[in-house]
Amino acid sequence: MSARIGVVLFPGSNCELDVQEVARAAGQETTILWHGDRTVDGVDAVVIPGGFAHGDYLRPGAIARFSPVMTAIEEFAAAGGPVVGICNGFQVLTEAGLLPGALQKNRGLRFLCSTVEVRVESTNSVLTSGAESGTTLRLPVNHFEGNYTCSAETLAMLRSEDRVVLRYVDNPNGSMDDIAGICSRERNVVGLMPHPERASSSLLGSEDGLVLLQSLYRSISRSS
Amino acid sequence: MWNPEDVTSYNVLVQVHLRPGIADPQGATIERSLATLGFPGVSDVRMGKAIVFTLEAESETAATAEVDELCRRFLINPVIEDAVISMTEADRAASGR
Repeated sequence: MSARIGVVLFPGSNCELDVQEVARAAGQETTILWHGDRTVDGVDAVVIPGGFAHGDYLRPGAIARFSPVMTAIEEFAAAGGPVVGICNGFQVLTEAGLLPGALQKNRGLRFLCSTVEVRVESTNSVLTSGAESGTTLRLPVNHFEGNYTCSAETLAMLRSEDRVVLRYVDNPNGSMDDIAGICSRERNVVGLMPHPERASSSLLGSEDGLVLLQSLYRSISRSS
Repeated sequence: MWNPEDVTSYNVLVQVHLRPGIADPQGATIERSLATLGFPGVSDVRMGKAIVFTLEAESETAATAEVDELCRRFLINPVIEDAVISMTEADRAASGR
């Protein structure tokens, strides 16, 4: 069954075509959600793709979070709609308060552009439900501010509520508790720094991202 | 009613720093570089940013409240950053009033 995926476009987004291409190859419909429109246009799921929304001015995500489309996404998420933020999208979700914590500059001030291994820590989220717990996935990362941090109380909450969905096997950026991805309390909002859409074909060096994106598509057909 | 005569202009400086306990790799790098350059006595380097603007408000109390609010909602991310706010009344002669 085909679902309709809304991919958000901010000025400076640059992974929106990749996300659409991978979704279409899997038989899903996609549509662009323009940042200036206060609507999610009836889509079944929202993906906030990577890039540099608003040039990362002030802080990554700080300006994007006030876009009209974010108001609609907050309402969509509150109603249980699946929302996934990849890389810059994760930063936008934390700035918007849809996910706790913040992404700060990588340890050692290194811009990272490589493929890393992440372990699936929880399969209880819209992005990981089809993966096997403990599986290692090879996924590209491409970021400067991917070093996840939060208060000790927030970390304790994330752990006790099983909300760390992905952890780095070999922490590349200094992220607290090796966190690569987390989900909301209701499990329908997920943010992650690695790019599953760039690991969607053996031609790209890995197709380990497909299991995550397919989880998202399946979570839609279950809820609709 | 908005009457320009009733408002005062304030020069506002917001200094944003990473909160204590949050790793500051830029500050650490600057500190190491200074030691390499022959300034070994420098320590506790923290890197931040400064945001300056002019604000019109009816009173200093109102201006302070507004700056606090815009810092909290936008200029800083309270998870990782703190702000130090300084505010002075703008020079009326310089601003043409």
